[in-house]
Amino acid sequence: MTVMNPAITLATTRRILTQLRHDHRTLALMIIMPSLLLTLLRYVFNDEQTFSRAAPALLAVFPFAIMFIVTSVTTLRERTTATLERLMTLPLAKLDLLFGYAIAFGLIAIAQVAVATTISLTWLGLSITGSVWLLGAIAVLDALLGTALGLFASAFARTEFQAVQFMPAFVMPQVLLCGLFAPRDSMATVLDWISDVMPLSYAVDALTQVTHSTEVDGTLVKNLLIVAGCALAALVLGAATLRRRTP
Amino acid sequence: MTNSAAVVNDLRVNRGGRDVLKGITFKIESGTVTGLLGPSGCGKTTLMRALVGVQIVEGGEITVLGKPAGHKELRSRIGYATQNPAIYPDITVTEALTYFASVLRAPASDVSRVIDEVDLTSHADAIIGQLSGGQLSRANLAVALLGKPELLILDEPTVGLDPVLRDELWKLFTELSQRGVTLLVSSHVMDEATRCEHLLLLREGDLLASESPDELRDRTGETDLERAFLRLIKDTVP
Repeated sequence: MTVMNPAITLATTRRILTQLRHDHRTLALMIIMPSLLLTLLRYVFNDEQTFSRAAPALLAVFPFAIMFIVTSVTTLRERTTATLERLMTLPLAKLDLLFGYAIAFGLIAIAQVAVATTISLTWLGLSITGSVWLLGAIAVLDALLGTALGLFASAFARTEFQAVQFMPAFVMPQVLLCGLFAPRDSMATVLDWISDVMPLSYAVDALTQVTHSTEVDGTLVKNLLIVAGCALAALVLGAATLRRRTP
Repeated sequence: MTNSAAVVNDLRVNRGGRDVLKGITFKIESGTVTGLLGPSGCGKTTLMRALVGVQIVEGGEITVLGKPAGHKELRSRIGYATQNPAIYPDITVTEALTYFASVLRAPASDVSRVIDEVDLTSHADAIIGQLSGGQLSRANLAVALLGKPELLILDEPTVGLDPVLRDELWKLFTELSQRGVTLLVSSHVMDEATRCEHLLLLREGDLLASESPDELRDRTGETDLERAFLRLIKDTVP
């Protein structure tokens, strides 16, 4: 196993950001889309209080879903254009590539979440009890989780058409079961169990807690560690799916 | 110590139930230009992939620069250019080469050197996806020239290029080999064979010849290499 090299990881990040810089439309969509959706939701409820109840969870869900789909398609493109095969012949560790992607999309996620949180807190009237910075940090962590799962999922797609369909397969069940539509403990027992093994549930729990309380307790830390652990595990599993030798 | 850049012994590759390479054995001497010739689909790309170490092989030994093929130490010592360009279409030539140079830990000055070597200076800041086919394949070749590769494995690097550019690239290949770099260049154009010091002729997964152009001419009694190749096929196919 080749050892990671920070210089190569960061060169990969820079290359991915350069690709995005040339693609203004994608970059704009990535940064603005969660904010647009949240704005839409605000006027769907047409009431600040109802919006304030749902918005924190959606600050996790929208960046998570968008990052998942963008990452899985981008990495698949790396596979189908044969640049992945070329990289596998070069002195680059598999984790250099995956962390390169994670850092690049993590930076985009910071911009995305910053815009969405600012608009929600000011214009849309979201009010939270806990720290705004913690809210933002959790939302970025969720976007990173989406990125990591997207990197992992792209290994199972042969075409971009398949990759796009992993969105309903990987993301939608997590969104439905994360406690956004109904409290998790009120769901059918089996679904409650399933929601217990889905990382997004912990992300939404953490955000809900920050919304209602200023306390940073063991549960919050545990929830965040689970989300971060899942993101890291997805990256390592993603690296395991990359092959230097192919048939 | 050996002066062979690559030693291949009884290499067998099976892809999807088909024997693509049927037990081939040859050597590539250091500092030479070896031409890998044969009709399309004969196993040229598979053989090159096996030498680079990205091909799952069924059997046989491949030693490249003194190490088993695919050894991680070889990753910065071999330059490999695939036939289909493997380079990011959405960034500029300079940006893409800068990235590959960092991965190879090659000096930043390498980027302008290789752009110059493949004659793309006027398109250094062009988006790769907007290059013509010939420019694209030269950009792809430039990646392989980054760093200090001791062995260059180039899959059809001159396809789609006009005669002037082809001539310039072959001059570059000769120049590189005079500097001690070993080159394996595949082609299905026979007139490029005359530029090589050594030829590997592949047909349907069998190695028909591993010799110099002169030896091939002598053995077949043909002066033209294309005819010599045809004669070999006639003689070997019952």
